[in-house]
Amino acid sequence: MAEVSLHNVSKTFGKTQAVSDISMTIEDGAFVVLLGPTGAGKTTTLRLISGLEKLDSGSVFIGGRDVGNDTPAQRDIAMVFQQYSLYPHLTVRDNLAFPLRSPILRTPEDVIAQKVQKIAEILQIPHKLDNKATELSGGEMQRVSIGRALVRDPQIYLMDEPLSSLDAKLRADLRVELKRIQADLGSTLLYVTHDQIEAMTMATHIGVLEEGRLVQYGTPKEIYEDPTSVYVASRLGLPRINILPAELFPGAHKGVQIGLRPENIRQGDGIEAQVIRSEHLGDQTRLHLKVHGHDITTLTDPHHDYAGSATIKISLENPLYFDASGARVV
Amino acid sequence: MSGFSINEPSNRIKWFAGSLVILYAVITMIPLVWIAITGFKSPADAIAYPPKYVIGGEGESGFTPTLEGYVNLFTTRTRQTEEYLAENPPQNWADEIVRQYDMVIVGPSKFGQRFLNSVIIGFGSTFLSVFLGTLAAYAFSRFKIPLADDLLFFILSTRMMPPIAVAIPIFLMYRQLGLSDTHLGMILLYTGVNISLAVWLLKSFIDGIPTEYEEAALIDGYTRFQAFYKVVLPQAATGIASTAIFCLIFAWNEYAFAVLLTTANAQTAPPFIPTIIGIGGLDWPAIAAGVTIFLLPVMIFTILLRKHLLRGITFGAVRK
Repeated sequence: MAEVSLHNVSKTFGKTQAVSDISMTIEDGAFVVLLGPTGAGKTTTLRLISGLEKLDSGSVFIGGRDVGNDTPAQRDIAMVFQQYSLYPHLTVRDNLAFPLRSPILRTPEDVIAQKVQKIAEILQIPHKLDNKATELSGGEMQRVSIGRALVRDPQIYLMDEPLSSLDAKLRADLRVELKRIQADLGSTLLYVTHDQIEAMTMATHIGVLEEGRLVQYGTPKEIYEDPTSVYVASRLGLPRINILPAELFPGAHKGVQIGLRPENIRQGDGIEAQVIRSEHLGDQTRLHLKVHGHDITTLTDPHHDYAGSATIKISLENPLYFDASGARVV
Repeated sequence: MSGFSINEPSNRIKWFAGSLVILYAVITMIPLVWIAITGFKSPADAIAYPPKYVIGGEGESGFTPTLEGYVNLFTTRTRQTEEYLAENPPQNWADEIVRQYDMVIVGPSKFGQRFLNSVIIGFGSTFLSVFLGTLAAYAFSRFKIPLADDLLFFILSTRMMPPIAVAIPIFLMYRQLGLSDTHLGMILLYTGVNISLAVWLLKSFIDGIPTEYEEAALIDGYTRFQAFYKVVLPQAATGIASTAIFCLIFAWNEYAFAVLLTTANAQTAPPFIPTIIGIGGLDWPAIAAGVTIFLLPVMIFTILLRKHLLRGITFGAVRK
């Protein structure tokens, strides 16, 4: 395992600036999640580190070594793809053994057998080892493809939305499993997702990407509580943060926009808000409000029923302030 | 389940479709069966009218099977005097067959060698077409090649006129280059004709293999060539097999160039078989025997690869 750092990395495809001037350091043993919507440059960043794409400018260091001209094989990385991950003509066992048999690793067969068995047990697929890769269910396939990365001991694991094709339950199980494995092995891991729950629960650090730029890098807590822009603030939190004009609320404000997380709205006194709809989710109740034509979502006591047109009073608690362009005002 | 289903054809449709297939199969098989039967007739039975077609049968349409055609196909014979024949009794069953015409076997015919030429040239050019075609198709499919579309069109355009239209230039060129009547010359010629088909067919197969597999192999520590060899080739096996069958069928059956460019050394079976002369004309049983043997390699090759071929033909039309 090693530290991986990017220095002013850029990549364009035709006229599209996929990644622009990204610098970041993934510390040894860190679990870094790249978060951003489709097209933000998450996957391209991963591919630039892996060597599947050539850098336009900037440099990538793995374990202190500039790998700009290295082939993917020479970089000693493992990667989990979003789909098409297993070799369809091989059995599960051979899929798992494939990286170990590479000319670079040349692992003895008895060591391969041992490692494959161990990984299969961790991923709960030892009974599937002799199946063809194509005979597995979607969840099993993705577990095998994660396993194919985990059998190795590379400098860094790169994972490109490995759980996105799975159903909700399996996704939750594997998320916990993956975090446990990473913590046990002390692996360095760079993980791409647009799922904020994955980001919040697994990451030691989160990098938020916007149109190819790294707009904030920090711990999940920092990103959530101390976002540098409306864009970053909107990436995390469910329901999403409410972005409102500051003049909606009385008092002195530091910026023209207020970012108000649903849990930061206090009920009881303050300005009047009309209840539009309440959604009971079991563990929580979401309350959709309207204040002078602005929609606000908040959380409330799950045992309280609100009438359709009730009016409640709300006030601010630890609001975040942003200027007109969306940048944070502290 | 009962009633109407859009997935499962009704029994009546199945029965009708099945009968059509059987009818078509019978119609296509009749000439082949006729050829195979003729190979076991005597020359007189082969041209008898009304035709004889019941093997070992009595009466007008029956004939006694004989290996005469096969013996004549593989041997050369001379007529001998009665004294010679009396002094030298037949050595084996083949000798006995030719004795009925007062002949003795003096040696093997050219058929074996011509057949071998067909095997060398047919399989050689098939291998070369598929080998070069796979490499070219992979390059066209995966790499950024300047003017790739124009190059592909150029490759296809080599098939836009019938190959025989350039027979005379090729004949002259081959004479100059010393390629006339050589194995190499025929292999190159058939490869040249087949390569465009091979490139286009194989390109569509390789296009269908997602690049993620190779990328995964690159990450897993393999070079691009190793990734091609270990990951792409096994998945392209279907395409390679069906392309090989198409190439072999062309090279194996090709007649016009073989007549024009080969005379002895590299002559293939197709121009040779019709020249088999018997007593007082063409030896039809020997010709039929030659054709029967000639059909076997492609038949066996196709049967061996038929699983791939079926998937190959439907490829592109049916996707998972």
